[in-house]
Amino acid sequence: MDPMIILTTMFILMVQEGSILLIATLGEIFTERSGILNLGVEGLMCFGALSSFIVYYLTGNWVIATLAAAFAGLMLSLIHAFVSITLKVNQTVSGLAITILGLGLSSFIGRPLALSRVRIEPLESIRIPVLSEIPVIGPSFFNQNPLVYFSYVMVIILWFILYKTSFGLNLRSVGENPSMADSLGINVFLTRYIATLVGGALCGVSGALLILGYYPSWYDGITAGRGWIAVALVIFSSWNPLYAFFGAYFFGLVGTLNATFQSIGFRMIPTDFFRTLPYLLTIVVLVIFSSTRFRRRKMPASLGKPYTREL
Amino acid sequence: MSENLLEMVDIVKVFPGVVANDRVNFSLKAGEIHALLGENGAGKTTLMNILYGIYKMDSGVIKVDGREVSIRSPRNAIKLGIGMVHQNFKLVPAHTIVENVILGSEKNGFILDLKKSGEKIKNLASSFGLMVDPFSEVWKLSMGERQRVEILKLLYRNVRIMIFDEPTAVLTPQEKKELFSSLREMSSKGKSIIFITHKLDEVLEISDRVTVLRRGKNVATKVTKETNKVELANLMIGRPVIFEYSRYPPKLSGLALKVENIRVLDEDGNLRLKDVSFSLNSGEIVGVAGIAGNGQRELAEAITGLRRVSSGKIFVKDKDLTNASPRRFFENGVLFIPEERLGVGTAPNLSVAENLVLKSYNNRPFCDSVFLNFDSIQKFAERLVNDFEIVCPSVKVPVKLLSGGNLQKVVLARELSSLVGGDGRVIVAMYPTRGLDVGATEYVRRLLLKMRDQGNAIIFFSEDLEEILSISDRIFVMFDGRIVGEMDSGKADVEKIGLMMAGSAVS
Repeated sequence: MDPMIILTTMFILMVQEGSILLIATLGEIFTERSGILNLGVEGLMCFGALSSFIVYYLTGNWVIATLAAAFAGLMLSLIHAFVSITLKVNQTVSGLAITILGLGLSSFIGRPLALSRVRIEPLESIRIPVLSEIPVIGPSFFNQNPLVYFSYVMVIILWFILYKTSFGLNLRSVGENPSMADSLGINVFLTRYIATLVGGALCGVSGALLILGYYPSWYDGITAGRGWIAVALVIFSSWNPLYAFFGAYFFGLVGTLNATFQSIGFRMIPTDFFRTLPYLLTIVVLVIFSSTRFRRRKMPASLGKPYTREL
Repeated sequence: MSENLLEMVDIVKVFPGVVANDRVNFSLKAGEIHALLGENGAGKTTLMNILYGIYKMDSGVIKVDGREVSIRSPRNAIKLGIGMVHQNFKLVPAHTIVENVILGSEKNGFILDLKKSGEKIKNLASSFGLMVDPFSEVWKLSMGERQRVEILKLLYRNVRIMIFDEPTAVLTPQEKKELFSSLREMSSKGKSIIFITHKLDEVLEISDRVTVLRRGKNVATKVTKETNKVELANLMIGRPVIFEYSRYPPKLSGLALKVENIRVLDEDGNLRLKDVSFSLNSGEIVGVAGIAGNGQRELAEAITGLRRVSSGKIFVKDKDLTNASPRRFFENGVLFIPEERLGVGTAPNLSVAENLVLKSYNNRPFCDSVFLNFDSIQKFAERLVNDFEIVCPSVKVPVKLLSGGNLQKVVLARELSSLVGGDGRVIVAMYPTRGLDVGATEYVRRLLLKMRDQGNAIIFFSEDLEEILSISDRIFVMFDGRIVGEMDSGKADVEKIGLMMAGSAVS
């Protein structure tokens, strides 16, 4: 086979897989920058995917379906926000509960859909003139569905908000030193709520891209651990939206190795290995990047710590 | 003199069990530097926290420009033109100076113009002699520079009344000079400054007037020029204080500790001790000066076995203990008085008695092979409480309820009374008097001198140069992981030590 075609196919798959991870990672970065750790990403994605699937099936309108996914993510993360910001419960526990809740709820509500094998048409790709003519990069990055383009735009928007606006400065400061921010008149609780809800909504949208873009029907466990990869990606990208862009596509690339090697008939290494690889890499990333040496300087200093106002 | 800019009248603040401010009065004139003097626990910081809106007073009146105001939060205070530089800086180390200074300011639009704000901060800084680069990140700055950022935060908000809570505690003598000249600059430009301190020399050097508090009450307000050190000390403590410790020359009796070219890494893999060598004799006391974070902690932990050395050797009385366990160090007579009294020095929820036997619980008579003997533990604890003048309701209360001074006495009692090691011990003390009031400080210093006279070798770390000069026989100065200076305390020169602490090479 023509290596150009293999490479192009590989890149297309990479962008598809990477964009799903990217949106969820961006959402989680936004949340964690305010000091709230939301381990519910997997559940939020799954619930978002189901919501968008149902709405798309009923209305045929992908915009409304995506908004439904965002709303689903927002509502589930509202639970996390209330429990961890207002009630000051351990955020790891609450986040895991959100994952379990999101997965369970999706499985329960989605059962009839899975059994009846309802199908939808995947979103159509939009070819961007000129840019899509570039070899390899063009067909992969610039001939995709609108939600993939949304993921690129979000990288810039979130980066701009975090680093160039006063709201972003407030949000980052709340994640670093909430008592100081509070003494300067910043509403710590409101800021953290906004960050958690927006982050949750983005995780929902990432679920929408997953199902509207690439899966014609609903099945249980559709997210397949991508939420956890996103959590690892947040650390991998040092809580910076720009780095998340590269991190997500790197993981996306690893995720395509299985299909690529199969298509060229490479059988030396069992396919199961390649399918395991993204998860293996997640563990490696978490271990390496969680060591204090890597984390100390980049991690929001108050991540995971509930804020209580002193009297 | 001009009208009072600020008046605090009959301020009362009660904490559970303590009256922190008992009808305190305080007034401030425009453009003056007013020192607020008192021991730890005298109520200085409480009074200022009330003024800054952190605490709510129980009764009293605060007037600004002659008008009564109610201050409910720091934000409120800033709006009234009152700002505070805390002892522990309230900064985000990961952010730049600009980001720290403008955070929460109402002048910010939704989209930040960091360049313009940076320019403004630079101008503000240079007009008050506070040189900083607005775009460098705060974690890279020295303590003195961080303090400047805190001051800039207040100037940026056009604060008129600036409160400084013990601002010199973290500074080198040179940085202190710079701070003082900035303070004078600010007061000449009309800012009014409240300077909280317990150091008499600073009061005399910088202030126009001084108000003395003792146990939550006003003792006196004086014009600084009309008073002196002895009078202020009397007012502050309520009795005459001894500034000199009578000491005999040391009677040295052999080598107690020898350190050869040790190198130590921190958790992040940075080299924190760079080829440190020294020796310590029984019967002498060595004070280590230096700004915190220049390797003191690593050195103390290395010579007590708490931290591995990556190269070099450590000998305790000729025995090679390089990278031995803390227990082996301790069995060979190395005792450690750590920096954090609660948590490292003691187990907060265990009782006074349990904490006192933590190092000897597995020896007779406290333990017979399996079970602890609580009777003898209690008797032992009661004896120590008596010997070391520890004030506590009973030896059964958790240590976390004790005051700083008593907590330190518990640590000292346990270390100095531990049954193993025999004579000629090595005592390693980190900041042994930090945060203690004058009484407890005197006690601890005397105890260290007594241990020295009994033939122990003592090395202690301190940020208080006066303390180092007053009790040590030899002085080391640490900077950037090295011992950059060593001298007999008789020949020591504060100016020279200060320069060494700041890293200037001195021949």
